[in-house]
Amino acid sequence: MDMSFSPDELAFRDEVREFIANNYPAELRKKTRGEMTKDEILTWHRILHKKGWVAPHWPVEYGGAGWDITQRYIWNEENARAETQALLPFGLSMVGPVIYNFGNEEQKKRFLPRILSAEDWWCQGYSEPGSGSDLASLRTRAVREGDHYIVNGSKTWTTLAQFADWMFCLVRTDPDAKKQEGISFLLIDMKTPGITVRPIITMDGAHEVNEVFLEDVKVPAENLIGEENKGWTYAKFLLGNERSGIAGVARSKKAIERLREIARSELVDGRPLLDTEDFRSKISELEIDLSALEVTELRTLAAESKGQGPGPEASILKIKGTEVQQRITELTMEAVGNYAMVYAPRREATGNEYVPGPDYAAGRSQEYFNMRKTSIYGGSNEIQHEIIAKAVLGL
Amino acid sequence: MDFSFSEEQTLLRNSVQGFLQDKYDFDTRRKIVATPEGWRRENWQQFAELGLLAAPFPEELGGFGGAIEAMIVMEEFGRHLVVEPYVETVVLAGGFLREGGSAAQKEEHIPGLIGGETVWTFAYAEPQGRYNLADLKTTAKKDGDGYTINGYKCVVVAAPWADKLIVSARTSGEQRDADGVSLFIVDKSAAGVSTRDYPTVDGRRASEITFENVKVGADALIGEEGKALPLIEKITDEAIAALSAEAIGCMKELNTATVDYCKQRKQFGVPIGKFQVLQHRMVDMFMAHEQSVSMTYMVNLKLAEGDAERTKAAAGAKVQIGKAGRFVGQEAVQLHGGMGMTDELSVGHYFKRLTMIDTQFGNVDYQLKRYSQAA
Repeated sequence: MDMSFSPDELAFRDEVREFIANNYPAELRKKTRGEMTKDEILTWHRILHKKGWVAPHWPVEYGGAGWDITQRYIWNEENARAETQALLPFGLSMVGPVIYNFGNEEQKKRFLPRILSAEDWWCQGYSEPGSGSDLASLRTRAVREGDHYIVNGSKTWTTLAQFADWMFCLVRTDPDAKKQEGISFLLIDMKTPGITVRPIITMDGAHEVNEVFLEDVKVPAENLIGEENKGWTYAKFLLGNERSGIAGVARSKKAIERLREIARSELVDGRPLLDTEDFRSKISELEIDLSALEVTELRTLAAESKGQGPGPEASILKIKGTEVQQRITELTMEAVGNYAMVYAPRREATGNEYVPGPDYAAGRSQEYFNMRKTSIYGGSNEIQHEIIAKAVLGL
Repeated sequence: MDFSFSEEQTLLRNSVQGFLQDKYDFDTRRKIVATPEGWRRENWQQFAELGLLAAPFPEELGGFGGAIEAMIVMEEFGRHLVVEPYVETVVLAGGFLREGGSAAQKEEHIPGLIGGETVWTFAYAEPQGRYNLADLKTTAKKDGDGYTINGYKCVVVAAPWADKLIVSARTSGEQRDADGVSLFIVDKSAAGVSTRDYPTVDGRRASEITFENVKVGADALIGEEGKALPLIEKITDEAIAALSAEAIGCMKELNTATVDYCKQRKQFGVPIGKFQVLQHRMVDMFMAHEQSVSMTYMVNLKLAEGDAERTKAAAGAKVQIGKAGRFVGQEAVQLHGGMGMTDELSVGHYFKRLTMIDTQFGNVDYQLKRYSQAA
C-alpha cells in the first residue's frame, strides 16, 4: 500500500504544471463555458493537440499521449488546480475509444485525427423522449436500403448539438429482436438533410441541450460501427467510460477552495462566514465526503491499471461524485446570501446587463439549479443504485 | 381545537382561486415575467377589487381579516407563482403602517395601498449585513424638522414596481446595535434616491438602491425614533408566515405534478410510479408538505403572541419550509428527470421560487440559530 507519488511522477507533475502555467490562455481564465464562443471552447483543446497531450488516455498509435493511470490522474489534478476549461468529452472520451476499439481501419483513419484536432465536434445521440433510464427501449429506426441506412426518429438532451458536426447515434435496426439486441451504433453527419436541432432551455436560462429530429436521414452504411445489431455492446462500453470520468474529484477540490474564499469574504455580524461554526462544519463535512471519494477513485484506478474494471463499482463514483458536486454548488449559493437572488444573464445576452453584488456571487444559484442535472444524466443516480444492487450485491 | 376555515375565509380562497385559474395559468405567468415591466398592474387592480389587498387589515383600517386571510391568499399565490408584490406591499408595508404608523400615517397611506393605487416595498438588506436586520450602515441624521438619509440597500425585491419605500436606517448607535434603528417612509421618486433594476432568478424584479442626502420630513418616521427593531422583527415574522404559505402552495403543486408524472411516465414497460424507491420518495415529499402546512398554520396563529413565542414560531416555520422546500424541489426535479430541468415545465420554476423563499429573511442556518436563541 502506498498513496504517494514516485520521483518520476513528481517530475511529471512539475512538467505539466509548468506547461499549463505557460500555455493556458489568460483570456479564458475568467470565463465559464456558458460564456464562451465555439472557438473559445476549443482553444485549449487545440493547444493541447499541438503538444500531443489532448488525449492522455488514448493509445499512442492513435495519437494519444499513452500516459498511465497515475499520470492521467496527475494531469487531471493539475488542470483542475489551474482551473482550465474541461475538454469536451464527446469525441475524446466517448466516441473516440469506441472507434479505436470497435471501428474498422477506414473509420479510425477518417475520424480519430479529426477528433484530436477538434475539426469535428461530436454530440451524443442516446436518449429519446420515451427512452431515458430505459435506454435500450429506444425507437429511432434505421432501415438498410442498398448501401445506406434511412434513419427516422428523435433524440433528446443532446448536449451542445447546436455546434456539432457529427453525432454518434444509437438506432434500432432490428425491431423484432429483444430490445438490447436490435440496436446499432451509427455515425451521422449533422449536415445531412433531414436533421433538425431544436434548443431546450433549462431552468437556469442556459442553452446546453437540444432535441434532434431525424427525418429520412440518409446515412452511408460505412458509418456503422462494428456489427449491425451489436450496438448495445459498444453503447455500454461508452457508458462505462462516461461513469469513470464522472467523479470530478480534482475539480470539486478546487470548487471547495473557491467556496472557502467566498465564505471568507462574506460577513455575518462583521465576522467572516467561514468563521461561523455551522458553515465551517458544513464545508468540513463536504471535504470529508470528497476525501472518501478521492481514495475510492484511486482504488478504482489502481485496480484498472492492473487490468480490472472499471466494473459496476464505477457507479459509486457517479453517485458520490455528483452528490458532492451538487452539495458544493448548494453551499456556494448559500454562502453568497441575498445576492443569490440575482439573475445573471447568459451568453446569448447583450453583455450590457447589470449584475449587482460581488463578482463571485454572480450566477451562483443558476449553477446550483444547473447542477441538479448531474444526478439525472449519465444514467440517473437511481439507475446507478440499481446497477450496484444487481451487479455488485447480486440482489 | 379547530383547523377549519370560516365561511368567509372559504369564500376568499374560492375567489382567489377563481381569478388565478382564469388569469394566471402558467403560460400567462411566463408572458408576464417576460414583459419589460415583469408584472401586471392590472392584476394588482384586480386584487384590489377582489379585496385581497384589504384582507389582512382589521375592519377599522378598511379590511376584514388578519394573518389567516393573508395565509389563504399567499398559499393560492404560491400555487400559481404569482410575481406581484403582495408580501412586500400588503404584509410588510401594510404591517408597518398598521402596527407602527401614526393615525395620520394610517389615514394618509392605507386607503391607497388597499385600493391598489400605491405599491410599496421594504428596503432593509445591506451587503455587509446578510440576514441581520440591525446590521445597518445606512444612516438617517436629524436635519431641522426631518431627517437626511444616506446609504445603500441591496436586493430590494419589487422595488422596480414600487412607488413608496419603507427604509430601515440607523439614527444612533453602532452598526449592529439593537437600539438606534428607525423606519422611514420614502418616496421612490424623492431627490437623492437612485435605483438600478434587475431580474431575480425566480422571475421577479429587484433593485439596488442608493440614498444620497435624501430629505424626509418628521412625518416620514414610523413609530419612535431609534426603537424600530422590535417592530421590524414582528413584521418580518409576519412576512415569514406569508412566505410559508406561499411555500406550501408551491410544494402542493410540485407534489401533484410529480405524482401525476410518475403515473404516466413509462420506463421498463411500467409507469415509474410502480418503483418502490420512487414511491417512498414521493411519500417523503408528501410528508414534508404536510409538516410544512402544520408549521404554516402554527406560525400564522401565533403572530399575535409575545415576542419570544412569536420568534420561535416564525423561525421554526422558516426552518421547516426551508428544508422541506429544498427537499421537495430537488426531488420533484429528479423524479421528472431531464424534463424537470427544463424552463418549459413549471417544475423548475417552483423549485427556483422555493429556493429563493429560503433565502428571503434568513435561510435555514440563520433561523435555526434564531430559534435556539429564543428557546
